[in-house]
Amino acid sequence: MATRTDDISRKSRILQALEDQHTSIAFDDPLENDLVLNMGPQHPATHGVLRLLIRLDGETVIGCVPEIGYLHRGYEKLAENCSYHEFIPHTDRLDYISPLSNNTAYVLAVEKLLGIDAPERAQYIRVLISELARISSHLMFLGSLAMDVGALTVWMYAFREREKLYDIFERLAGARFTTSYTRIGGLAQDMTPEVDAMVRKFIEEFPSKLRECEKLLQTNRIFLGRTDGIGAITKEQAIDLALTGPGLRACNVDFDLRKAVPYLVYDRLDFEVPVFEGGDSLARYYVRMEEMRQSTKIVRQVLDTMPSGDIHAFKPKKVLPRKERIYTKMEELIHDFMLINSGINPPVGEVYFSVEAPKGELGFYFYSDGTGQPWRMKIRSPSFVNLQSLTPMVVGSMVSDVVAIIGSLDPVMGEADK
Amino acid sequence: MKDTILTKLTSKFGEGSFVSSEFRNELTIVVPPDRINDVCRFLKEEPDLSFDFLADLCGIDMNTPEKRFGVIYNLFSLKNKYRIRLKVFVEEENPVVPTVTTVWGTANWHERETYDMFGIVFDGHPDLRRVYMPDNYEHHPLRKDFPLMGIPGSIPLPKK
Repeated sequence: MATRTDDISRKSRILQALEDQHTSIAFDDPLENDLVLNMGPQHPATHGVLRLLIRLDGETVIGCVPEIGYLHRGYEKLAENCSYHEFIPHTDRLDYISPLSNNTAYVLAVEKLLGIDAPERAQYIRVLISELARISSHLMFLGSLAMDVGALTVWMYAFREREKLYDIFERLAGARFTTSYTRIGGLAQDMTPEVDAMVRKFIEEFPSKLRECEKLLQTNRIFLGRTDGIGAITKEQAIDLALTGPGLRACNVDFDLRKAVPYLVYDRLDFEVPVFEGGDSLARYYVRMEEMRQSTKIVRQVLDTMPSGDIHAFKPKKVLPRKERIYTKMEELIHDFMLINSGINPPVGEVYFSVEAPKGELGFYFYSDGTGQPWRMKIRSPSFVNLQSLTPMVVGSMVSDVVAIIGSLDPVMGEADK
Repeated sequence: MKDTILTKLTSKFGEGSFVSSEFRNELTIVVPPDRINDVCRFLKEEPDLSFDFLADLCGIDMNTPEKRFGVIYNLFSLKNKYRIRLKVFVEEENPVVPTVTTVWGTANWHERETYDMFGIVFDGHPDLRRVYMPDNYEHHPLRKDFPLMGIPGSIPLPKK
């Protein structure tokens, strides 16, 4: 590999990859020429710094090579040089549309490595924040997809609802965007009755607001025309490319990690996994709309059945003590000092743990050598894997549909580029 | 499920081909590099196992004199809802592993990422380009001998 391509520049290699996908480009007849279109990385409709090289025959896409890495920050390298606690704020910056579910996924993976469980109340709150993050992420999807096909009002409606969620996150975690709310073995702080009331108010109003958006879109001929049958992918292709999340469930595959491999307290909650047929942009839209309803249902059950009690596991050598006790108690001061300086030192071993994040399967793989820092940490980010399915989705469609297909796939580049 | 997998694998590929271990209820099987493609295809196509979903593929640098680099495959079976992990180790000199893109299409980008980050070459890969770093970059950032701060001057700044 190295000998073949050392002297070729980056640009020509990408073009080469595009040409390799199909036959060579013909130049005999000007009207039969293929056109290579470079979309991004700075393009408002590519949802971040995604670059696509598209080969066009007239207006039809005949080849597409996605190019990523413009937001690569080397989080896996950084994780090898941080303690397990120190990495929690970095998880906010992966899928920055739903930081709370990343926080949850990360600490659950570390807890599996340690072999500890958070108390029941903390687990209920984690379910609650994961579902609120799912609603928040799908609202972003709804707004941006609608905007990509030209419906600006829905974007405003969706962002109005997201604003309410951000107010809740601010009360709950102290930050609107970069929440860093979970801790290994617990949570940063308990949920107050005020937050409970805010969430209840939100889920009471939310279904009718969602209906408003649906009314604007689902009977809209332009929206249907731009999504129905566009960007379709077959069930076999989707499984082969390991597409997860709403994209897979839109292909009539009933796979949701909350049901398939239940974690937290999902096995005690009553909800359904929406599955649609077709695998096109419209099916992906329907799946996400229905998922928001199911999330509302889960949140309501969580609020009604949440037990009281502690939110920190009693494992002083693994779980950070509370700040007010560090200042007044000797034991906690010692443990805090040791945890910050040498870390949690999990046993030697390796685990892979994944959750159903809004975009798909978000997994963390840890290889621990017994020290305070992971020897290797791999982030299995759903957007990175889902972007591979973009090529079969866009090939054969019109160039103007590419933007709508990216919107329906809903990638977040912070996560895809890690 | 764990016993079924191990029995089927040993009956197909013979005794002593694999080393298996378990940690936190997760089965890990170390496979010789030249058999990885056959093992993956068998695990995917055997009806009782049907590991049709490659959840993740990543590299690891063990920083040991022998068998320095490893490739880790996290498989999932949609039918049995079961996970296993395969591992392959190769030497520092000439780290070549056969590709599994012929078994699961999703391995394409994962293998590109592993090549980018560790310099492990996947034999038979259709498009083995770097995925994150620039194509003319000389180093492999997730190797343990690559410094955290990076190597100054290794990425040239744009000309003014």
